[in-house]
Amino acid sequence: MKTTRVLAASLFAALLGASALPALGAEAPQPPREKWSYAGVFGRFDQAQLQRGFQVYKEVCAACHSMKLVAFRNLSQEGGPGYSAAQVKALAATYQVKDGPNDSGEMFERPGRPADTFPPPFPNDQAAAAANGGKAPPDFSVLAKARTYERGFPWFISDALPFVGYSEQGVDYIHALLNGYEDPPEGKEVPAGTYYNEYYPGHLIAMPKPISDGQVTYPKNDKGEPVVPETVDQYSKDVAAFMAWAAEPHMMARKALGFRVILFLILLSGLLYYVKKRVWADVGGEVHGLQPELHKTY
Amino acid sequence: MSAHATTYVPKSRFAKWFESRLPIAGLIHSSFIAFPVPRNLNYFWTFGAILIAMLGIQIVTGVWLAMHYTATATEAFNSVEHIMRDVNYGWLLRYAHANGASMFFVAVYIHIFRGLYYGSYKAPREVLYILGVIIYLLMMATAFLGYTLPWGQMSFWGATVITNILAAIPVVGDTIQSLLWGGYSVGNPTINRFFSLHYLLPWMIAGVVVLHVWALHVTGQNNPTGIPIKSGKDAVPFTPYATIKDVFATVVFMILFAWFIFYQPNYLGHADNYVPANPAVTPAHIVPEWYFLPFYAILRAVPDKLGGVILMFGAVLILAFAPWLDTSRVRSTNYRPIYRQFFWLFVIVCIVLGWLGAKPPEGGYVLAARICTAYYFAHFLLVMPLVGLFETPKALPGSILESVTGPGKQVSGSGLPAGAAAAPTTKG
Repeated sequence: MKTTRVLAASLFAALLGASALPALGAEAPQPPREKWSYAGVFGRFDQAQLQRGFQVYKEVCAACHSMKLVAFRNLSQEGGPGYSAAQVKALAATYQVKDGPNDSGEMFERPGRPADTFPPPFPNDQAAAAANGGKAPPDFSVLAKARTYERGFPWFISDALPFVGYSEQGVDYIHALLNGYEDPPEGKEVPAGTYYNEYYPGHLIAMPKPISDGQVTYPKNDKGEPVVPETVDQYSKDVAAFMAWAAEPHMMARKALGFRVILFLILLSGLLYYVKKRVWADVGGEVHGLQPELHKTY
Repeated sequence: MSAHATTYVPKSRFAKWFESRLPIAGLIHSSFIAFPVPRNLNYFWTFGAILIAMLGIQIVTGVWLAMHYTATATEAFNSVEHIMRDVNYGWLLRYAHANGASMFFVAVYIHIFRGLYYGSYKAPREVLYILGVIIYLLMMATAFLGYTLPWGQMSFWGATVITNILAAIPVVGDTIQSLLWGGYSVGNPTINRFFSLHYLLPWMIAGVVVLHVWALHVTGQNNPTGIPIKSGKDAVPFTPYATIKDVFATVVFMILFAWFIFYQPNYLGHADNYVPANPAVTPAHIVPEWYFLPFYAILRAVPDKLGGVILMFGAVLILAFAPWLDTSRVRSTNYRPIYRQFFWLFVIVCIVLGWLGAKPPEGGYVLAARICTAYYFAHFLLVMPLVGLFETPKALPGSILESVTGPGKQVSGSGLPAGAAAAPTTKG
């Protein structure tokens, strides 16, 4: 066993060493880890934050980014931003949706209904690409789940565990990206149509800095001050939280059900353990069943 | 299966009538109730039951998902999101199915390594073991096909990489590739075919599982000592002893499964698969699911494409030859001091290969993958035959009972715990 331990230890050391290698060569720094109200076993979306995030999306991001899989009605679903059905109906009606063909075979525009999905800002991907330097801006529907960054060994193991688990890499990356517009370091060539971003892989992103301090006017409190600061940091947190909800609208239901399921399974396994102990307590005796043929290897 | 003798005695008139026409009750009785189970089995022996539970869960969730899924290149991604968003508990079905595949592999890897450690592949269980290798191959095919169905970037590019690998097979490679593609590249006909095959293969798995269980019930179970059941005192009846133990272990395993479904549903997946498939954009790193990573590392460790394919498939197929490569007459590695060290080294090498499979094939990673690949094959081709010849195994216990009660004691009923005589063997 001693040899095994030495071997295991040296392999572990080799692993640590090898995992440090890509870190040396890696260009993008790790996004800072933010606090998210919906992280963890008991995590819940902050309704006010989702509403602010939606406001940022609507007023800023939606100019270029579609959100084709999300319907207006989702905004009033349980576990979401918590708008009322009437608010959603009114909101949907402010959008023009292409429908048809009608009885005379014509396509027509009509006010949106809660069942409609968010109309995209461009008629098709080609139009979106043509208007944005050759590449269509990604759709927001599942973007929070489609982005991540590598945590490396050994963090990728602890990320899966209870209490220390971490599954908000996507939103942390999005938040970091929105705050990552900086002057390029000296000597770094930034071609036309690209912008330097600290957190974008390769640093050259086609999206210009999308939002600045004070760009979105947040709801005010009694004293007439905004409820949260109107800064890029806050905007990006809010919109990232909104994107997390859009990507996973049933997340709160999932976590709530999971707690009950796991609690039930733990209780059941505890009871089964004692049943098993009880059954095995009187083990022994001849077996009255079929005897397998005793083979003759020995 | 009718060759089985059984102690089942039908009681009602209907049962007697039925049993004389189709003796299925007697078969179930002798396989799952009266079947003698070595009394010293540890919890590694519960993974067979766990795997059957996982197969059942995969089939049930899969059948339900198929009711809502659309297997076309344009609609597949959106239909999966439709399941996630609009189908009642669709998110639960999909996350259970996706993570269920991973848990299936967690369980099968423990099951395989248990078999390798305790020499469960050795005579007389060779056929039982090879059926297991066939199940494993079918599982890999099913999992690969299933992973392509959401039609995200990893689905698409994973399908592209694997079908291109198949094209490297001499003579028939191109034909196989065209048949799978249904065209000149991975596209709409491919996803249709893959969906059809993904629905077909689990039933083949279920069929081979029946054979696997049948073969098990002919040879009987191996056990941590590796020595056979010699008398009734070495064994307990399957029901209630193994049944309750299996149920308990399965429920504990379900806790792990539930943790991933409800709290880490995307941990074992890949973020890129939430980007819809785009044939024009190749992801930075094309990485398969974690359970394929050791084989992916072996594939990429070889500079030659055909050579890599041969070694990758060889790495799985070589498992089937273990019964004849291992020359030791002792089954259980517990009694093999030298082989035991090599065994754990082999486990570590497999884990390291998995880790290397997730890394880009460059620099030190390639060298490490080559060393590990060499050891992987050396374990089967050199260690198994040679260690068996030169090693002096430890003394085996006289019987399974002796291994439980200790060697000093008289092997008789007196060595049993109180109440032994009243063991409930009268069920059924």
